Amino acid sequence: MSEVSAVTVSCRVNGVPAELRGHPMDRLLDVLRVELLLTGTKEGCGEGECGACSVVIDGQLVNSCLVPLLHARGTSITTIEGVAKGDRLHAVQQAFITNGGAQCGICTPGMVLAAVTLLERTPEPSLDDIRTALAGNLCRCTGYTRIFEAVLQACRATPPET
Amino acid sequence: MRSFLPEFDLRAPANLVDALETLAHEPGTWRPFAGGTDLMVLLEAGKLPPGRYLSLWGLPELRGIEITDDEIVVGALTTYTDVLQSDALQAECPLVCRAAAETGGVATQNRGTIGGNIVNASPAADTPPALLVYDADVDLVSVRGVRRVPYDRFHLGYKHMDLAPDELVQSVRLARGRGGWLQAWRKVGTRRAQAISKVCLASAIDLTGAAVRDIRIALGSVAPTVARASLAEAAIRGRALTHETIAAGCNALARDITPIDDLRSTAEYRLRVARNLLEEFLSSAVA
Repeated sequence: MSEVSAVTVSCRVNGVPAELRGHPMDRLLDVLRVELLLTGTKEGCGEGECGACSVVIDGQLVNSCLVPLLHARGTSITTIEGVAKGDRLHAVQQAFITNGGAQCGICTPGMVLAAVTLLERTPEPSLDDIRTALAGNLCRCTGYTRIFEAVLQACRATPPET
Repeated sequence: MRSFLPEFDLRAPANLVDALETLAHEPGTWRPFAGGTDLMVLLEAGKLPPGRYLSLWGLPELRGIEITDDEIVVGALTTYTDVLQSDALQAECPLVCRAAAETGGVATQNRGTIGGNIVNASPAADTPPALLVYDADVDLVSVRGVRRVPYDRFHLGYKHMDLAPDELVQSVRLARGRGGWLQAWRKVGTRRAQAISKVCLASAIDLTGAAVRDIRIALGSVAPTVARASLAEAAIRGRALTHETIAAGCNALARDITPIDDLRSTAEYRLRVARNLLEEFLSSAVA
């Protein structure tokens, strides 16, 4: 078959315009980590089961290991590096620290992004809502209870209008 | 082992017409690529056939849910999240929503599409049995026009479909007016979340009157394709829903399905569980 040329994809990453170059089927996960050095996004299973590579595209949580670079064109992407405002942690991040919601840390970026997108849609989630929203993010350390407690505390700390 | 990317191409057509012309001019060369939740997994595992893929993800013509007098028309690129957020589907096709809610986690639901699920043609897919309950038709679009195929005749064999190389699934049409039917969707897998089915059953029954006015039964993971259980339906339709009728339906079900042994389960277990799921649903309808 004919030579496949690299594509240049214009998008926004953490609010900043970015030009991403690569094969159209490169995994967004790899482009973020290797080209932009945004290594907060982790690779776990590489097949969309574990959620370690979660990022937010146009407000929706996705597994970046399953997003081809081409599908990033024209989108606005938020990675874990874009969640804090400068030195001010997001309420979810602070609650993870306060409640011991992170241990080895591999799942934590994805967990935080899954929780942040949940609270944007549902500012006062039930425990069931939290379990469902985080069901695609696997953690092998915490047993989840401290993570759920962190999310519950974060929504008490986050007034719905912010 | 990871695939060798130079053997692949992925292009985004400008619009649906451009996509259809590309498929028509180079038939069999381009394969459709939607949300990527199946194909990217295969790519990473080195199991995706090398070649040229046509990204449909950016085509608004294939998105959206439209409601007509007698149908709910679900665009092929409708995601599981779109399904779950549709008031019309929640009210009138609750089994499709149940299946969507049990498909992967939120991140998968945000990208996985109904059309992709249909064309991926896994016999273990969880949404297709629900589509069959609502007498789904599939609209197939090409440069030659739109062709409407009853979904229970779309899957011809394992991964073999009534779909020409230049055709795309445009939408799925679901019958309205099942609101008064008793409906159930059950998936049996290794665990509740994120596991592929051993058996999946979707069923709906119209019990207005002394006898069963109408019934739909469809299953996944028990045949080379998702399957409508026509013999079981015929054994139950028009009869009073007695224990004898239920037993006759469950016996007929054994002739509707052809389960196999594989890494997830055995034929014997699948047959037993399929019968039990149907019996449980029908017995709950009597109560």
